[in-house]
Amino acid sequence: MKEYTYSEKKDTRSGFGAGLHELGKNNPDVVALCADLTGSLKMDAFKKDFPERFFQVGIAEANMMGLAAGMTIGGKIPFTGTFANFSTGRVYDQIRQSIAYSGKNVKICASHAGLTLGEDGATHQILEDIGMMKMLPHMTVINPCDFNQTKAATIAIAEYEGPVYLRFGRPTVPNFTPADQKFEIGKAVMLNEGTDVTIIATGHLVWKAILAGHLLADKGISAEIINIHTIKPLDAEAVLKSVRKTKCVVSAEEHNRYGGLGDSIAQVLAKNFPAPQEYVATDDTFGESGTPDELMEKYGLSEHDVVAAAERVISRKKQ
Amino acid sequence: MTTVNPHNKSIDELKEVAAQVRRDIVRMVHAVNSGHPGGSLGCTDYFVSLYFRVMNYSTDFDMNGKGEDLFFLSNGHISPVWYSTLARAGFFDIEELSTFRKLNSRLQGHPATEEGLEGIRVASGSLGQGLSVALGAAQTKKLNKDNSLVYVLMGDGEVEEGQVWEAAMYAAHHKIDNVIATIDRNGQQIDGSTNEVMGLGDLRAKFEAFGWHVLEADGNNFELLLPALEQAKKSTGNGKPVMILMNTEMGYGVDFMMGSHKWHGVAPNDEQLEIALQQLAVNVASDY
Repeated sequence: MKEYTYSEKKDTRSGFGAGLHELGKNNPDVVALCADLTGSLKMDAFKKDFPERFFQVGIAEANMMGLAAGMTIGGKIPFTGTFANFSTGRVYDQIRQSIAYSGKNVKICASHAGLTLGEDGATHQILEDIGMMKMLPHMTVINPCDFNQTKAATIAIAEYEGPVYLRFGRPTVPNFTPADQKFEIGKAVMLNEGTDVTIIATGHLVWKAILAGHLLADKGISAEIINIHTIKPLDAEAVLKSVRKTKCVVSAEEHNRYGGLGDSIAQVLAKNFPAPQEYVATDDTFGESGTPDELMEKYGLSEHDVVAAAERVISRKKQ
Repeated sequence: MTTVNPHNKSIDELKEVAAQVRRDIVRMVHAVNSGHPGGSLGCTDYFVSLYFRVMNYSTDFDMNGKGEDLFFLSNGHISPVWYSTLARAGFFDIEELSTFRKLNSRLQGHPATEEGLEGIRVASGSLGQGLSVALGAAQTKKLNKDNSLVYVLMGDGEVEEGQVWEAAMYAAHHKIDNVIATIDRNGQQIDGSTNEVMGLGDLRAKFEAFGWHVLEADGNNFELLLPALEQAKKSTGNGKPVMILMNTEMGYGVDFMMGSHKWHGVAPNDEQLEIALQQLAVNVASDY
């Protein structure tokens, strides 16, 4: 099992803030909109240095999505910032009509996704956003795993023409991906080559998958670990290449098992190479208040859950 | 860059164009037995005024529209009047009006960008979104140091949507004074009159309280509408967004369609079409 080290833990939302600030310096067309969550989204640096390109919208997310769609007309590249819940479900129809169906070059940047928002509880912990956004034609859906990857993704989506949903989170997590790693939309990242089971993870579950890989190695199980930061378009080629080798797969995500990464993988496999699959995901439930670590454990999203899923799926393969 | 209105027609000429557009509207909705003639007929004089006199633009369509006045239709269901006006103004072939609402057409039931129809910059139909889009486009114009204007039309029933008021508050706060919004006050919506369905109250007082400069206009009389539009233009650039409350009669120009919500989304039958076309007498050689 390949070793991954990190010097510090950082939050992915700060990766977004750093990427946005760099875009401010390098791309005069980038503009930012925020619905009264500038600090939470780490957009302060952009606001401070590029005030003429920062638009405070207030607590009015529907208006924010329409504004962003309109700002593209004339060549601007708008980045909207609010929590994932208010970036998706609250404004689904605005995104659908004014952004996705209209093919607008808007980047919907969503923080505090999933359970790891923590103590605020289920009203703010969205576990359905990946599903909602990947259902929209024209929409690209990205869920990076650490600070460096979120920063790189933020910069990369400005270069891509079309609507994007960029999902990240609140807690600090190991910052292990190389700072200079190029972010390629739609391209899976191989983290560890293995032969017994494929583990495909996204977002905060990527580090859990690495931890699980070590625990599995201790048990003599060789896990292939893939970081899927782009859920749509899915890197089907990378999924199939790996599962053709290992003959089974675990999908891991901080999202409902309905409609997330797991279902995207299952669709690819069902069509091309049917194979046993186990889901590490929330089980069609809302979250609750608690610390991020407590929640990840209670709702079955720990490294131990990844290990158990790997053992289950391997046993199904052997039947 | 200086752009001008490519037609700049006189009032007499505008009346002829408006009659032709109204003929197009009733023929388009009759041909597919669907669509929304009432609001389309009521707003015809407004559309013809903008595209044949007031707005500065090029018919060589460019999505970004730099240096051009932009128009957004928020109440997308009155697409027939927009499609006819765009075709008559020279954005696309008049013959294409015959494809309205048919399979593989660029003239979708509600306006869309997906099929690349010239003149359309955002999809609309799900109500309440167009004002936000127009404000965004207006702010980009300011960033681009582009002095042209942004126009947007909404229905009066449409202001029942909460997003309209989010946008209204934002526009005043950010001093977006290069936008001219218009509300079509025909007093009708699908289930009945706006008074019956959801009383709108005093829209002038409401928008003024939100920080807008508010004008009123008669939308079915060029002699009154054109000066009101000129007055609205003069009111831009003063730190406030501009709102025209435009009184129209739903179905204007066809007597049996006038003043009733019943013709909001119903097409005329063969006999009704003939009566309507007789009332909209114009050189029929110009029909598509």
